[in-house]
Amino acid sequence: MGDITPQLYTLLAFMVIGSIVAIETRNLLSAVISVSAVGFAASVAFLFLGAPDIAITQLVVEVLVLIILIRGTILLDNTAIETHRDTLAVVSSLIFFGLLLGFGAMIFGSQGFPEFGAPLMRVSKVYVQTGLPATYAANIVASVILDFRGYDTLGEATVLFVSILAALTLLRREGKVRTGEAATA
Amino acid sequence: MKPTGMTVIVKTITDFVVGFIVLFGAYIVLYGHITPGGGFSGGVVIACAFILVMLGHGRDVAFERLGERTASILDSTGALAFLVIAWLGVWGGYFFMNVLVKGTPFRLLSSGSILANNLAIGLKVSTSLFLVFSALAVFRKRSFRALLEDDLT
Repeated sequence: MGDITPQLYTLLAFMVIGSIVAIETRNLLSAVISVSAVGFAASVAFLFLGAPDIAITQLVVEVLVLIILIRGTILLDNTAIETHRDTLAVVSSLIFFGLLLGFGAMIFGSQGFPEFGAPLMRVSKVYVQTGLPATYAANIVASVILDFRGYDTLGEATVLFVSILAALTLLRREGKVRTGEAATA
Repeated sequence: MKPTGMTVIVKTITDFVVGFIVLFGAYIVLYGHITPGGGFSGGVVIACAFILVMLGHGRDVAFERLGERTASILDSTGALAFLVIAWLGVWGGYFFMNVLVKGTPFRLLSSGSILANNLAIGLKVSTSLFLVFSALAVFRKRSFRALLEDDLT
């Protein structure tokens, strides 16, 4: 693969513009579509960077989220945002991002940023070198997320399980009726 | 949302396409340890097939094919299966140890518990995302404003 920097910068510019449109537009449906455009551009960027696993996941999740958000948006009576944005919230979030960038520069400034694509952790070298002989999985990503880093995936699955449990409990509008209480309910 | 679903064109195309989508999702789940993909992305593809049925045919047909209760049970089964496979490792030495038969690399039946974990996660993700879609988009029959007015009065 040749130099992919121009493609990546184009995608990055597209994503920044899409995010700004999503924040600034007054129509909820336009905002939802702009956010999805940013997500699809991120998927293409992952493909350029040689991460097909993440690209596939990003693509399918983006499609699902787009369907759910559009479905939720068109159920609303009025999709235009009428209230003005809170100035205090904007200013405080800007200060927060400034602090984040400042502290990041303080941490990385002393030792310099690592080379693009260079791993931050030494342990990942062991994963790459012993992935196939240790787990017999040809896809190195599968061997990392389900064998070396199984704890992380278990935690992620737990988070997903609990959040979906909570969403089902809170969002359902038609309550369940227990058998036996049906006559009185 | 009308319970009857969309037009006959959409229904026909849905019936034609939905099997292929489930097949593709099953392929991504099963070959997650050989090619890009895995339990999560394949599960989302299968969930998209369920959602397509729900959007095209309406909620009644979709819940007939995969009931809410069945989906909930399958969701919990997937999560439990993942945990059980993780505990199987304790039998061999430590939590999450790959104790199953590993086979030869680049074959479908290889890599031991990674394939089993992929299957469990695929089952869990596909049914739970279907449930979340039905909770977010279908359970609410009336408009949000009408519900608010009901709550206020």
